[in-house]
Formats: sequence, structure tokens, C-alpha cells
Amino acid sequence: MDLAKSLRSNMYVELARRNLTRHTVRTALAAIGIIIGVIAISSMGILGNSLKLSVSESLGDVGNELIVYPAYGEETITEKQLGQLEKVSGVEYVIPVLASTGKVEYKGEATYGNIYGIEKDNVLQLVEVEDGKIFRAGSSDCVVGANLVKHFGIKVGGKITLKDSQFRVVGILGEAGFGFGISPDQAVFISPQAYEKIYEDQADGYNNVIMKVKSVDDVEIVKTAIEDRLNKREEVVHVLATNSILDSIDDIFNSISLFLMGIGSISLLVAGVSILNVMLMSTMERTKEIGIMKAVGASRKDVLKMFMLEALFLGIAASLIGGVLSLGGGFVVNILILKESSYFFAPSNFLYIIAGVLFGIVTSLVGGMYPAWKAANMRPLDALRYE
Amino acid sequence: MSDPIVELQNVTKKYILGSNEIYALNKVTLSINKGDFATIMGPSGSGKSTLLNMVGCLDLPTEGIVKINGIDISTLDDDELTAIRRNNIGFIFQQFNLIQALTAIENVEMPMIFNNAPADLRREKALLMFARANLEPEYADHKPNELSGGQQQRVAIARALANDPPIILADEPTGNLDTKTGKSVMDLLSDLNAKGTTVIVVTHDQKLAEYSNMNIRLRDGEVCHGPG
Ligand SMILES: Nc1ncnc2c1ncn2[C@@H]1O[C@H](COP(=O)(O)OP(=O)(O)OP(=O)(O)O)[C@@H](O)[C@H]1O
Ligand SMILES: [Mg+2]
Repeated sequence: MDLAKSLRSNMYVELARRNLTRHTVRTALAAIGIIIGVIAISSMGILGNSLKLSVSESLGDVGNELIVYPAYGEETITEKQLGQLEKVSGVEYVIPVLASTGKVEYKGEATYGNIYGIEKDNVLQLVEVEDGKIFRAGSSDCVVGANLVKHFGIKVGGKITLKDSQFRVVGILGEAGFGFGISPDQAVFISPQAYEKIYEDQADGYNNVIMKVKSVDDVEIVKTAIEDRLNKREEVVHVLATNSILDSIDDIFNSISLFLMGIGSISLLVAGVSILNVMLMSTMERTKEIGIMKAVGASRKDVLKMFMLEALFLGIAASLIGGVLSLGGGFVVNILILKESSYFFAPSNFLYIIAGVLFGIVTSLVGGMYPAWKAANMRPLDALRYE
Repeated sequence: MSDPIVELQNVTKKYILGSNEIYALNKVTLSINKGDFATIMGPSGSGKSTLLNMVGCLDLPTEGIVKINGIDISTLDDDELTAIRRNNIGFIFQQFNLIQALTAIENVEMPMIFNNAPADLRREKALLMFARANLEPEYADHKPNELSGGQQQRVAIARALANDPPIILADEPTGNLDTKTGKSVMDLLSDLNAKGTTVIVVTHDQKLAEYSNMNIRLRDGEVCHGPG
């Protein structure tokens, strides 16, 4: 190969190779440090990234929701505005939400909950009934969220009291985690007719409107369309895109990845120190050689170059090995911690391997800097006399 | 006649060890002309190596002036001193001082690398220097520890010649060789001198003085008999 030949004809390169292979065991030990460091950084990065991917996937279905709130100074979303919202195209559904917080009583006990008045079909679009069924429109039935169920020990058929009115629990929701626009776990869902009856003093209109966009890619377009249509003269609604919230969740997980990589980089730091140590040893051993080279005309720059090349080659070789092994490391960590391997194959994970390899190379160079500098600045006569 | 390539004026090298002051060289004044073959002699510890290292820009005087080719070396920085060594001086040491990781021919190429000579030219010239040092080309790819003492010293001489330096400095070049091999090395240096290179040799051996046209005798860091 041409490259190999030209490398061989560069004696600095050749000398670095020979000096590294002169003490195979020592070089291997220094390399192992770098290899472990690179694996640690890459695997930690891959773990953080996979964690992010798995969380964003479970949030994926709320990523294309828009929540329309009354703007600051407005009290509610009016029927007229709702009509306008329903005319916006590219939308799968529009769900007006009546909401308030209030006391929920069950068998003499009381706690606070979120009370929602939402049409039964819409409720089914937002949550899943785990046990029982959905309420009938206009009835005094209700469906209760998982936390309230746990708190009271409610069963289907039980009776709860909201503002002196009794409701029969016909359905129980599964645990939903967090949601946008509504918080299902602490919720009591009743029909809007029943809601209006018990909260008759509440102003007309809706607290917010949940809209689902047909395609995630159109979220911004629909958002702008709503704002154009409703906020023509003055700002009456505020539109929140859940995917912007997802972006900040992304940010959080990127920080977690960075933090994990930070932990991994401690091992790389140790590796850097061991490179420093090995290179210092080898400059000491080669003091006389450095003296000879300086006597026959090696400048400080030449000596610096020689030693830095050694650090560079060691770094490149060890980091590449580490990079290859990180593939295995990342896979194992994913299986151990996420109990799943599918996220491992995401292309973004390979960026973390590249980052790990680059960090490994940089660490070797940094570790080699001081010994190389020391070698370069030896006084030729002192170096020659050294035995 | 007066074309000095090396000039020392009142050169003193003082070492302070504890409360002792050691004068390795004490007010040495001398000049060596282009084309001279100079020998430096004297008892052990008299300052021979110190003097040679100073001429070779490996060491700087405590006091006095050392001029190489008319340049006062105490005014130069490390890189400039390196450049002088690289272009003007070829070193030959008593212990050969070859780089063990390199083959014989690579050792000869080394000074040319520091001089940024192109690779193909380097190898060609190194082989030429090999021949000049009376080395068979088949030893080119041997490592130094696979060569005899005399062969190693000839490699060192070839290396010293690599950048065509006008001055060759040799510190007891025959000290580690038997008489016969030593003589062949001195003949080689004498040949080089005949072709115009200034040669300065430190030696214990009285007989070697006959190669030189100038003999510098040192005792306790001072010159005993002047040049001539
Ligand atoms: N780095 C040093 N520190 C202290 N003293 C030194 C140093 N280098 C040389 N000397 C002293 O300077 C004096 C001259 O030393 P130098 O090496 O020049 O002697 P030399 O004539 O070459 O001796 P030899 O024939 O044994 O090689 C000696 O007394 C030596 O101890
Ligand atoms: Mg000596």
C-alpha cells in the first residue's frame, strides 16, 4: 500500500512505532487505560441517549397535541372561538375541556381532585378506562383516575360526592402518568351537562381546548393557523404545542447523557495520567538518546514531534479499539438497564462512540504533552551524560 | 594561514560544587584554522571534553567568548545553537552513541532528517557516507548491537559526515577500540581532513598526535603549550 510505504519513509512515524513496540507490555497497559475510558464514555453516552429515546417514544403520542388556553386577561374559550377552532384544517379532533379543582368526598373522607366536564367520546380519546365503562351523556355517572381510586379504595359502583351532588363511579382509569391539558390520575370525569349543573356559577365557555394534529410535522403549521384565525385583532388565545415541551424533555435527557459521560470521563482522566506516567518513564529511559539526537541536530520541535507522535499513535490505536468494544459495551448496558436492545441501534448512538474515540485521542495527546515538553527542553550535554 | 573557524578568547568554565569552585577550563585562548587537524591532550579531568563540548555548542562558557565561523555562540538561543550543530558540526563519541531503535543506515540518515532532506536523497547520501566510512553496504540494515565496535564507530563517523559539516569533533574516538581498528578510524579522520574538513580530536594516545598539525595540551583547565 502506498500509504504504508510513505509512512515508513517518514522516520518520525517509524521511530514512534518502534519505540511503542519496544515495551509491548507497558504500551499495552497504557492502552488498556484509554480503551476502558473510551468504553466508559461511549457506553454512558449511549445509555443516556437510549434512555431519552425510550422516554420520547412513550411520549410520542402526545407530541402532536395543541392545548389552546385563553390568553392573559381572557377568562375562557368561548363557543364562538371553539367554532373557529373546529374549522382549522389538518386536525384530528378538538376537545373542549371544562375543568376545576374541588373537594371529592367518598364515605366521609375528602381530598382534592381535578374535575373535568368532557363529552364521553372525547374522554375515550384522551384516556383508557381500565375497569367498568364510560358514563352516559347527561347522567350523574363518573369515571375516576387511578390516584383517587388508590386513595379512597373506590370500586366500580361506589358513590362519590362533588359539591353536594352524588355521582356513581362507573369506570376506573388505568395509571396514565403525566399528560398535557389534563391530569388524568387525579381526575373525576363527568359529562359536561352534569358539570354545568354543579358549577352553574362558573363563567360560560371552556377552560381549555385540546386539539390533536393529524401529522406531527404539521404541528407548527396548525398552531400558526389557529393564531392567525383567532388572534387577528387582539390576542385572545394562547396555543401551547406539546412538542415544544418534548423539546425541553429532550434537553433534560441530553444533560443526563452529558452527566453520565462526565462520570465515564473520570476513567479517561485516570487513563490520561497513566499515559503521562508511561511517557515520563520512557523519556527518562531515553534521556541519553535525546541527548544524542540533539547533538546531531534535533531541534526542540523535532523532539517534541517525536514524543507527541508516540502519544498520538497510542491514543489512536487504543481509542479505536475502545470504540469497537463500545459497541458491545453499549449493547450490554442497554440490556442491563433498559432491559431492551432496540434503542441501541439508533444512529445517534454512534455519535457517542465517535465522541468517545475523539476524547480518547485528545486524552493521550494531553497526557503526552508534558513528557514531550520535558524531553524537548532537556539540555543536550546533561542528556548525553545521563547513564 | 589565519582563517580561524574556531576561536576561544579567555574561555572559563566554572562549576560550583558546594563550597568548591572547579575550573574545568581557565582562561583558555586559542584558535583553530579551517583545514586544521587538531588534537587535544592532557590527563583525565584536565578539561578536554569540556573544551570540545564548547566548540560543539553543547555547552556555553561561564566567561569568555567562543566563536564558530566568526559567530559568538553565547548570543544564540537554543534553536540557533541546534542549527549550528546540525549544519557545522559532526560529533563522534567514545561510546559510539548510536540510536538502538534505528538501523545503521537510519542512524546515518538521522541528521539529514533533522535537516529536512527528502527521503530518497537521504538514503542515497547515507549509502555514500557508508562507503566513505569504509562500511560495507550489507551492514546498512543491521541494528547497532549487531555490529562490532569498529563497525559501530564507522557508522558514527558516517553519521557525523551526513550533513557535510565543516568541523568534525571526536572525543576519544578510539578509546573503545583495539589498536588496529583505532588506527583505521584515525586514518579515516585523516582522509577527511585531507579533503578539507577541520578535525578536532580529544585523545589520551600520544601516538595519535602524529596525525595532527596542531596539538593542544591541557592541564587543570589551562593550556600548557600553545598551538604549533
Ligand atoms: N557537570 C559537571 N559538574 C561538575 N564538575 C564537572 C562537570 N563536568 C565536568 N566537571 C569537572 O570539570 C573537569 C574537567 O572535566 P572534563 O570532562 O572536561 O575532563 P576530561 O579532560 O575530558 O577528562 P577525561 O580524560 O577523564 O574524559 C573535571 O574536574 C570534572 O570533574
Ligand atoms: Mg573526557
